[in-house]
Amino acid sequence: MGQGFLQIILTLVLVVIITPLLGNYMARVFLGKQTFLDYLLKPIESRLYPLFGLRMLEATNSTGLQYVKDVIASNLVMGILVYLILMTQGFLPLNPTNLSAPSWHLALHTTISFLTNTDQQHYSGETTLSYTSQVLALGFLMFTSAGTGLAVAIAFIRGLTGQRLGNFYVDLTLAITRILLPISIVGAIVLLISGVPETLFPPVTVTTLEGANQVIAVGPVAHFEIIKQLGENGGGFFGINSAHPYENPNPFSNLVAILAMMSIPTSLIYTYGIFANNKRQAWLIYWMIFSIFAFLIIITAVGEYHGNPLVNNNLLGESQPNLEGKEVRFGWSQTALWAVMTTSTMCGAVNGMLDSLMPTGGFSTMFNLFLQIIWGGQGTGTAYIFIYLILTVFLTGLMVGRTPEFLGRKIEKPEIVLASVILLVHPIAILIPSAITLAFPETLAGISNPGFHGLSQVVFEYASAAANNGSGLEGLGDNTLWWNLSATFSLILGRYVPIIALLLLADNMSRKQPVPLTSGTLRTDTVLFTSITAGVILILGALTFFPVLALGAIAEGFQLAG
Amino acid sequence: MNKPPRSQRKHTPKAKNQGLYTRAIKQSFIKLNPKIAIKNPVMFLVWIGTIITFLVTINPSLFGDFNDSNQRLFNGLITIILFFTVLFANFAEAVAEGRGKAQADALRATKSDTVARLILPDGSIQEVNSTTLKRDDQIKVIAGDIIPADGEVIGGMASVDESAITGESAPVLKQPGTDIASSVTGGTRIISDELIIRVTVDPGKGFIDRMINLVEGAERSKTPNEIALTVLLAVLTQVFLIVIATMPPIANYVNNPVSIAVLISLLVALIPTTIGGLLSAIGIAGMDRVAQFNVIATSGRAVEACGDINTLVLDKTGTITLGNRLAEEFIPVNGHTVTEVANIALISSLFDETPEGRSIVDLAHKLGSQVDFDINTATGIEFSARTRMSGTDVENGIEIRKGAVDAIKGFVRSRGGNIPDDLDQTYEKVSRLGGTPLAVCQGDDIYGVIYLKDIIKPGIRERFDQMRRMGIRTIMLTGDNQITASVIAQEAGVDDFIAEATPEDKIEVIRREQAKGKLVAMTGDGTNDAPALAQANVGVAMNSGTQAAKEAANMVDLDSDPTKLIDIVTIGKQLLITRGALTTFSIANDVAKYFAIIPAIFASTGIGALNIMGLASSQSAILSALIYNALIIPALIPIALKGVKFRALTADQLLQRNILIYGLGGVIAPFIAIKVIDVMVSAVGLG
Repeated sequence: MGQGFLQIILTLVLVVIITPLLGNYMARVFLGKQTFLDYLLKPIESRLYPLFGLRMLEATNSTGLQYVKDVIASNLVMGILVYLILMTQGFLPLNPTNLSAPSWHLALHTTISFLTNTDQQHYSGETTLSYTSQVLALGFLMFTSAGTGLAVAIAFIRGLTGQRLGNFYVDLTLAITRILLPISIVGAIVLLISGVPETLFPPVTVTTLEGANQVIAVGPVAHFEIIKQLGENGGGFFGINSAHPYENPNPFSNLVAILAMMSIPTSLIYTYGIFANNKRQAWLIYWMIFSIFAFLIIITAVGEYHGNPLVNNNLLGESQPNLEGKEVRFGWSQTALWAVMTTSTMCGAVNGMLDSLMPTGGFSTMFNLFLQIIWGGQGTGTAYIFIYLILTVFLTGLMVGRTPEFLGRKIEKPEIVLASVILLVHPIAILIPSAITLAFPETLAGISNPGFHGLSQVVFEYASAAANNGSGLEGLGDNTLWWNLSATFSLILGRYVPIIALLLLADNMSRKQPVPLTSGTLRTDTVLFTSITAGVILILGALTFFPVLALGAIAEGFQLAG
Repeated sequence: MNKPPRSQRKHTPKAKNQGLYTRAIKQSFIKLNPKIAIKNPVMFLVWIGTIITFLVTINPSLFGDFNDSNQRLFNGLITIILFFTVLFANFAEAVAEGRGKAQADALRATKSDTVARLILPDGSIQEVNSTTLKRDDQIKVIAGDIIPADGEVIGGMASVDESAITGESAPVLKQPGTDIASSVTGGTRIISDELIIRVTVDPGKGFIDRMINLVEGAERSKTPNEIALTVLLAVLTQVFLIVIATMPPIANYVNNPVSIAVLISLLVALIPTTIGGLLSAIGIAGMDRVAQFNVIATSGRAVEACGDINTLVLDKTGTITLGNRLAEEFIPVNGHTVTEVANIALISSLFDETPEGRSIVDLAHKLGSQVDFDINTATGIEFSARTRMSGTDVENGIEIRKGAVDAIKGFVRSRGGNIPDDLDQTYEKVSRLGGTPLAVCQGDDIYGVIYLKDIIKPGIRERFDQMRRMGIRTIMLTGDNQITASVIAQEAGVDDFIAEATPEDKIEVIRREQAKGKLVAMTGDGTNDAPALAQANVGVAMNSGTQAAKEAANMVDLDSDPTKLIDIVTIGKQLLITRGALTTFSIANDVAKYFAIIPAIFASTGIGALNIMGLASSQSAILSALIYNALIIPALIPIALKGVKFRALTADQLLQRNILIYGLGGVIAPFIAIKVIDVMVSAVGLG
């Protein structure tokens, strides 16, 4: 037990160490300061861009509405492009296994899923999509969707701190060329060294010791794998994702994957601290989120360590950890840690079956998806944290007898309307399709486990889509017209409505005249205020989903405990 | 809240509260009318829920088969509790409105329809109903009349009894031209002579009309914060509506169907009914508190803005010091004697009717000075803000002047005189005492300095300390010289001061503060204050002030007590705090209600261990949570009406205090209360 928890603690220490380093670097990039990569990239860019008729990166400023239009327009074009590639993959090169086009609704779901940084997969990677589809279509979206999230978060932070929003295309390019691409190149090489393949050769057929023929899927995995983690995409090259030995061969690659997955959402809070010139507040928020995160890791890990009482009762010896659905090379602790991390950061990659977690793990993973701010998705998660801060400011600001202010800017009706939209989207995108599906379990659901766990499977699928996570409690027969379309609905609603609201809110805030700080001003960088924010998060965010948690993971837990 | 001394609080238009509750109860039922009820979406939803539970009481199988013997009684009980929840919310609003109405009636009594004598363009007089008077109409009022509308005196001179609105029983002299005395308020009574008045407001737009509208709540437009809060409450309601609406298929899937009555119960428990039921009562009560303070606000927005004030711009005189400076001493310079100074000072003040002028005359008389010429041969020179001196021209063109020292210096120089060496020294001596030095001269000869003593209002320093703690900066404006001003500023404890201020300085200060993003409040009375009053975010005009000042302001203080500005700020803050505290309480309550109801309705799924309160049965758990939910509304009515007690603390201290009481208290209190109710409910066998 001790060793398992030590692994977890050491991993978390590394995560915390990375935070100020990467956070500072990202702030420099988006504040337009020189970084070491500029010396390398600026000369290349100055020759490359004119070839495509592009101007050099210029710091222009858009209004919120323009930013929104740019996000939507670029995403729409990319979505159409990728959909066309998927639908024509049978005619395109790099298709060694001669795969034909998937059904229109599966292609639609897959496109939207990768476009929204979700990477929910209703297909099995190596048996559905060609190398072209995986690398050129999906791999492309993995960079742009992560970059879109980062750009939106930066624009949001700019607005909140009273600056103009910036330009989406500039931010997107910076996010990709200065952050995602460089880290991915280094990371992919590290993964390559640790044993992850990177090849365009077709699957290898080998003769096993028994003399049978076995086909071993390979492919350009290493580069795909790193951006999958770093960009909180989570869509695996292979069907079983990071549990596959070619995606995640050993504990070292597992650690690299974990750090890649955790680094940007955690560091972005520090980036905010630099933008707002208030690192104290950034760290307070950081540790508030970290506390909830650590609590979820603990209950998940303890649950896995103690194992399934129904199984252990049948074992005559000492009780065993729950190793069902786990890779033995990662064990209970790395799987539990990964499960909480992947659902908290909205990465969605898995190195074991989330479906097989004990109820405490089921609770934690769903709780993460419902709140979507325990770090949260690439960029958007950080922005959602501030939505809760704004709501807290509104409630507590009134309590000190002033019109509520955040960072010196008044929170008034338009801001509350926009924040409320974000609050409202999640229940709509999760509960309504879940209810419809559960109303017709025979025809629509395709649930493999009836009862509480089946309920969780359905709710988890929509929560994962709405939170743009992408993981799932597998076992759902989810490649059906209903699942593909209804999940697409949750994906789009969960991604674009909040992004639009965030940008408009930031735009509003940036236009307000700041109010000077006095002793009558509610300070938001105090332990008290941050604690209250945690309370508001739990009450507003979690109570909404209390009934489904109670009927899912909690009831399951009581059932198992007997 | 720190109350000013009794003498300063004249709650004159005494509201009658008899029958208030009987009327409120009646109103609670009238407000069940859907057309009225829909204005409060949260409570309207409860009302719809009540009707549905009533239907399933009559026929429990209406929406599916839940037909056990107990079901009808249970649904009936839920219906009754929900119905009372709606009634209680209506009652809270009705009580607040009732109190406002009583206040309004008291105000309105001063304003009964009267016959007005309209002066037609040809000069003839026509009797018309006072309600038909329009702005710029000219009317004539004679002794015994009630003045029919707000206006400005343009002719005549008369005593007016303003006790109806100010409570001050001594009649006030009204005459045209003068700043203070030329404005009259509708509803006051003229007790001697007659006046020609130009009406300055359209019917129904007078101050009293506006106040009546505000306190009655009928015409109340929601304030910006209230609107934002309403949005948040509406969204929370929608969130829980989604939670409840999606529950049946989810619950059915785990074979634990939930009846419609229980679903409605859960919905009502979760949506913010507590604050939803009290929100409008809080707003109306806030306006009512302002009215009780004898301040007329032209909009709720203005009252709310008071809470946000960063800077108070205060006139020294009347606000920080007692209005009247009194002559304390005559100090000779340039070799003159005290008697000589006294004589000159006396002559300079012969035509000065201000209290200061009177006190100079008194002091001179006390020292034995007498006027030894015929007053009728002399002419008075009035004080003006421009020359900053006044005086008397006597026979032979001898000019006797008194005024600010540098003004007199300038005057003497212009007449070719010299400035005595010991003048500056004397001037500084008086200034250092916090007094106002006035120089007196005859022609080109400066005789001496009059020491006017200023008395700082008792308790004002503590008020400013409180303001500072609340993050409010105070700026004193005074016509005094730099040294005097700094001495008084220090003694009174203001943060900043502007000495030798002109009316333009006032607006300049306000603009400068506003440019820094601050909200500024000020008081004023004179016509030349009007632009500054209009520029300020909260401008409080004195009722004794000019019509122009009153029109530019967004509040009028009927008692003409400039110190009240501080109280108004407190009332504004209290209004916001009450709203925030009860919202927090309401939302925090959800935790306990969830823990009461969810384990109860999903008992068959084995999550009974979540019933941490150990409630007796499913039915009693649901009933107890609902009874708590209903009773908490009337329990909080007193806080809603009186407002959360305000303390002059920093924001962080206030937050700590209020989050402890209303946040943490809001989480814990319902756990206890629901458990207690559950014990009682199960004891009478309903559970």
